[in-house]
This record gives sequence, structure tokens and C-alpha cells, in this order.
Amino acid sequence: MPEKTFKMLQINEKWCKGCGICVAFCPKDVLDIKSGKVIIKDIDACIKCGQCELRCPDYAIYLGGEDNEK
Amino acid sequence: MPSQLINNYFRTNSLPHIWCPGCGNGIVTRSIVEAIDNLNLDRDKVCIVSGIGCSSRASGYLDFNTLHTTHGRALTFATGIKMAKPGLEVIVITGDGDCSAIGGNHLIHASRRNINITTIVYNNNIYGMTGGQYSPTTPKGDKGTTAPYGSIDTDFDLCNLTAGAGATYVGRATVFNPKLIVKLIENGIKNKGFSFIEAVTTCPTYYGRKNKKGSAVDMMRYLKDNSINIETAKKLEDNKLKDKIIVGELYKNIRPEYTDEYNKIVDSF
Repeated sequence: MPEKTFKMLQINEKWCKGCGICVAFCPKDVLDIKSGKVIIKDIDACIKCGQCELRCPDYAIYLGGEDNEK
Repeated sequence: MPSQLINNYFRTNSLPHIWCPGCGNGIVTRSIVEAIDNLNLDRDKVCIVSGIGCSSRASGYLDFNTLHTTHGRALTFATGIKMAKPGLEVIVITGDGDCSAIGGNHLIHASRRNINITTIVYNNNIYGMTGGQYSPTTPKGDKGTTAPYGSIDTDFDLCNLTAGAGATYVGRATVFNPKLIVKLIENGIKNKGFSFIEAVTTCPTYYGRKNKKGSAVDMMRYLKDNSINIETAKKLEDNKLKDKIIVGELYKNIRPEYTDEYNKIVDSF
């Protein structure tokens, strides 16, 4: 049986324009803006709801990839 | 590496897009591909047509059959495509100025014909690309570069306009609630006839700045606080609905579709 994978919060810094929409609408206050780009402030608080991905106008933040460590 | 959805349906080598920081257009464009993905449409059977304006740049970023046409004429090109190849799923991306001013005539006639096209209008209440001139959907009293003391024109309600002209599926949603945009687009594509979806979006650079609406986040909060679902709105008194954005499925009807009617004539010979 293949190992179970989990989606993780990913940031594509090159596409981020620092509008702050994801930061404002994150229900768990996971994100912040630093030097005009989004950063993950507190990954442990992330509940992977995907609200940030849904409203990011620049497709710079999303749930994706594989995280086999958890 | 972008997300799978973006990777699958966007021309990622042309991203990041040109839209300003906080512009809602990207949210609507993502909602369109999410709807297409949910419906499992064959991408070779989808044709995306756009006019001119900020919104209409979307066709260039999407990896389908795409056509970027002249100002206001997206619906005319789309009508031609649909008549020539009725099997294609034709989706029109247009802006408030593009579809209701320059292409206003085409919008009412496409609605009247009930041709099977899904139109998504990115309504940001202003002409963004050309520098913030007021558009037919700029609310009365609001400012633009060509209305420095406030617009004295009464603004269009695009949903009422198209429903009145004969569209068979009409809905409205805001970029604060992209899930609703996705749902409306899915239903619009499924509807056999002219579907019109108004996506209320934000323009922090021009509309927001000219009218002191604050940052992109403030504008999103405004959409959140001022939109009321049609089902809730039905139970409220009229004075509570003043200046509110009524969202949801606003109008549905069943009428003969244009290409079907046309083919009946062709088959009669």
C-alpha cells in the first residue's frame, strides 16, 4: 500500500504581489506579509482549509505537493 | 511550481499575469477553470472568447482554444463560432465596459437569441485598462477620471438587463465568494441557451482609489458585508436591500435555443 500523502501549504513567491488578501481572510492567522511578499508565520496553526488558495488573485499560494513526513 | 489546477489549464509560461495587486480578475479566472474542471469538459471542445479590457486579457492566460477579439465584439465572434461549430462549448469573458457600453447592442441580441453561450462578465465598475473612466456600471454618484465630481448616469443592472432581453440563465456572485462563481458558471455551462454570470470584482487601482474604498482587502470586506443571497433577500424589506449586492441564481427560464432553431431550417430543405 502506498504511503499516505498530505497536502501542504505552498507559496510561489515569484507570483505573489503582496496584496494581503490571503493574510486577511485566513481564519487561523497563519500568514503574514514581509517585504511585499506573503510568508508562512505559523504553519502549525494551518487547518488546510484552502481559503487562501481560493482568493489568491495571483495563484501564488495553494495546497499542494506531497508531505510524507507527517 | 503552481497548483495542479493552474498547471493543467493555464499557459503558465505567461504568468504572473498583468493584473494589479489585489485585482479580483485572477480569482474569477481561476473560478472559470475550476468550473470547467468540475464538469470534466474536453479542453479541445472548449473555446474561450474575450473582448478588450483588463478582464479580456484572461483568454491569453488560459490553455484552451482561445480568441482575443476587438472591443465589445466578443459576443459577435462567439456567435460566429457557435453557429459554425455548435458542438463547441463557447465561453465569453468580457468586462463591464466591453459588454455593456461598446458591446451593449451585442449583449442584448445574444440574450434575445438565446444562443448557447456562457458569458462571464468581470464587473469592476470602471474602465481599468484605459485609466479609470466611468463605465455604465459605475454606481451613480461614484467617481472616475472622466467623472471627477461623481457620475450622474444611472448605472446598469446587467443581470436585470440580460434577463429582460431573454437570457435563460442569469446569476451574480462576488469575488469574495468564488465557490458561488464556480457553481453559477457550472450551471451556466449546463444551461442550453444564453447564460449570463456577473462576477462582481474589485479594482483597487482605479475604482477603489478614486472612490476612497481603501485597500484590496477593504474592498473584499465590502463585498462580504454588502452581498445578500437572493433567497435571503426575498424575505427582507426593500429598504434593507438598498445598495446591497444581490447574489445567487437570479433568473432561470427554458426557451428554444438559437443554433437548434437554425438547424431546423437547414434540415427542412
